Parts: sequence; structure tokens; C-alpha cells
Amino acid sequence: MGDGDHGSDAVNGERPLLVVDALIVGYAQPVAGPVSFAIGRGEIVGLAGSNGSGKTTLLNAIIGRARIFSGHIECDRSAGVSLLRQFPVRLPEMPLSGSELLRAAGAADAGVPPPLRALLDARLDTLSGGQYQLLQVWACLGSAASLVMLDEPTNNMDPQAVAALAELLVASRQHGKGVLVVSHDTQLLEHVCTRVVEVRR
Amino acid sequence: MTLGLIVDPLFLVPFINGLLLAAVLPAVGAYSRLRGEWLASLSIGQAAAAGIVLGAFLGLPMAAGALLAALVTAPLKTMLGRQDGDDTYAVMLLAGWSIALLLAANTAHGEDLTRGLLQGQIYFTGTSHLAGIAAAVVAVAVLLPRVSSRLLLGRFFPEHFRANGIDKPRHELVFDMLAAVALALAAAVVGVMGAFALVFVPPWVAFRFARGWRRTVAWSAALGVVAHLASFALAIALDQPYGPVLVGTLLLMSVARAIARD
Repeated sequence: MGDGDHGSDAVNGERPLLVVDALIVGYAQPVAGPVSFAIGRGEIVGLAGSNGSGKTTLLNAIIGRARIFSGHIECDRSAGVSLLRQFPVRLPEMPLSGSELLRAAGAADAGVPPPLRALLDARLDTLSGGQYQLLQVWACLGSAASLVMLDEPTNNMDPQAVAALAELLVASRQHGKGVLVVSHDTQLLEHVCTRVVEVRR
Repeated sequence: MTLGLIVDPLFLVPFINGLLLAAVLPAVGAYSRLRGEWLASLSIGQAAAAGIVLGAFLGLPMAAGALLAALVTAPLKTMLGRQDGDDTYAVMLLAGWSIALLLAANTAHGEDLTRGLLQGQIYFTGTSHLAGIAAAVVAVAVLLPRVSSRLLLGRFFPEHFRANGIDKPRHELVFDMLAAVALALAAAVVGVMGAFALVFVPPWVAFRFARGWRRTVAWSAALGVVAHLASFALAIALDQPYGPVLVGTLLLMSVARAIARD
């Protein structure tokens, strides 16, 4: 996608939740870009790219943890931002229940999708990697945040969990959220995203 | 001393002082453990010890010196964060230990002070301590539930606040101040290791078997209270210093961790 072509089809007079314009990001040296895209409400944008292409660095730049070499970011933080990191925090002992994790994230119990309901009363450290990941995804999607950024949400997931994740993502569009999905799983991106942006070094 | 002394009015205030600390420190400790900051608790306790000795040097009461040290240490801890993992806490711990012992070595009654910091001074605490501890308990009871969700959110979604444009979330400082004040008061009353044991052991046990966060905090506080009741009675009955008895009792209770959930 070229500079200046943000590709957002959700303008409709509404301000995009996130605009990334001709962005080149990195740490000591540039790692990724230039890349441009925008996310409006009800859109799911996928960031694809090979390992080491700088997808996570781009997310880090959006939250201010990586250096911007050129281009700019406009993020409507007033609408709330939720971020699932590539490797979610998983402690050896986590006496919290699934329900308590969701409440802390501001994701109400009431709207929890059926695949997750059985996990609400369980201790977090008794969940499988895929179950824990799915719960974390819902903690982000079910929160009040309008912009949700998910970094490799399919980590630890079996095909069944990936299918459940895809359902959650598709449903999130109806709730007016803008979602940025970073993933190497091109099948998932093609299935759920309104468009996919390729990130290159 | 005999067991009858437990109900002696002379021991009532020290007993209540210990009881309040035994309830509140493990609750704070549950959050410290979840945040992976139990070493920070020990370093703040040691900084409080240095404050106590410095306070004595300046003619201040023990609790005042401890509180002053805590009020300096807590913002420092918040500011430094965990950028070097536990290294910062280890440096704070060693600095506190070194300063405390060097000051004690050059202070009149330095040996008594050092022994007090090792064993605790619970039997010599009075209503002035009670007022400070009660104020700390009220502060924890009011503020901790208010910041609880944000502490949990920050633990499981560490980038959440930064992603929302908040670089230094206020709840971090609130928690660090609460923990530091409670630890400082406890260091002056039950000794540095007694305070640390109350922060560390009950949550360590509760984390093993409690189902749910509220229950973890409640179990932690309950285990602390039971340890205090047993230790106070044992220390008087056996004529032993309270601090080491408390630590020993807590360690015995930690056997429950080994048999729980396996």
C-alpha cells in the first residue's frame, strides 16, 4: 500500500480511530516501513509479514515504545485502546478466575461468548495455553476500548480455538470496534479482515 | 511470663497492634506477589529499618523514622519501576542494610536498636503506634479496593496504560505508598523479617489453593491473623521474642502450601 493511501473505507464523516501515515519505525535503526493504513469503527485491519518484518515494532511505535523515524501516527486514545501483547503475561500461579480477569479489563461477564463461559470460574493457571489466549483476546475485545490491537492472537491456539477467535473478531465488527490484527496466519487474516496490509523491512 | 499475661491490659495494645498489621500486611502482600515484587517488600522493610536508626540519630520516634524512610523509598521505587528486573530492589535492600547497621554502630543504644529491628518491639508499642497503624489500616481498606482493578489490569496487560497515553499511572504510586507505610510501621513493631514474613508467607500459601482473587486476599489476611494469634500466645507462654516466633509460625503454616492442590 503506498503512502497517502490509507485504505480506510469507514470514513463516512467519522474520524478514524487510528491513522498510520508513511510510517518508518524501529529502535536504534529503522526496522519496518514505510507503511500507511487507517482503521475506522467496524473495521478489522490485518498486518501481515514474515518473521522479523517489524509488525510488533509497528505496534510498539503506536503505543510509544519504539522510535518513529519518519511519517506520523494519529491515534484517538480518548475512545480507549486495548492491546494484547504477543506473549501475554502468564504467571506460574494465578489464583484469579477468568471472570476476575475480564472484570479487571472492563469486559463484562454478560456478553461473554459461549466458548468462554466454561472458563469464567476456573483459575487462570488451570487453563490451557489456547484457552488462556482466547480469554485474553476477549478481555480486549469485550472491553470498552474502541480500538483493539492484537499481536499474534493465534499463539498457542489449536484449529478449534482459532475458529472461535475468528468468530469473536467477526462479531466485534458489529460492536463498532476498530481492530488491528498482527498475525503470520494469512488464512485468518484473509477470513476476518476488511483489508490486509503487508509490512516489510 | 505466663500465658495469663495475654489477657493483661498491658499487652492488649501490643496485641491489637500486631493483629491489625497481621491482617493488613498479607493483603498488601498478595498484590506484591501478583506483581512479582516480593523482593521489593524486603527492600522497603530494610529501608524503613535504616529510617528507624536515622530517626534515633535525630531523636525521632521509631515509627516516625520508619515512615520518613518509607515516604522516600516508595516514590523512588515507583519511579525506577522494574527496568532492571529485581536488581534495583536488591540494591535498595543492600543499601538499607548497610546504612542501618553503620548508623546503629555510631548511635547511642545502637545495639538495642539493632536487636529491636531483628526481633521486633511489639511489647513496647503503645497507643501512639496504634494510632499510626489504625490510620494505615483505614488507608489500605479504603484505597486498595479502589486501585485493585487497575493493579490487576496493569499486571496482565502491562502496556494498557501506555497505550492509552498514561505513562506513569497514579495507582502505581498509591499502591507503593500504601505498601511502604504498612511495611515501615510493621518493621518498627514486629521487626524487618517479621514484616517481610507477613507480606510474603500468607500470600505464598494462599496463592497455592485459593480460587479467585478476593478469596486469595481474604485467605492471606486470615492466615496472617491466625499466625499472629498463635505467635503472640506462644511468645508469651514460652518467654520468647515475638518476631522470630511469628516468622517460625508462618513458616510452619507454609507446610499447607506443600499439601494443597497436589
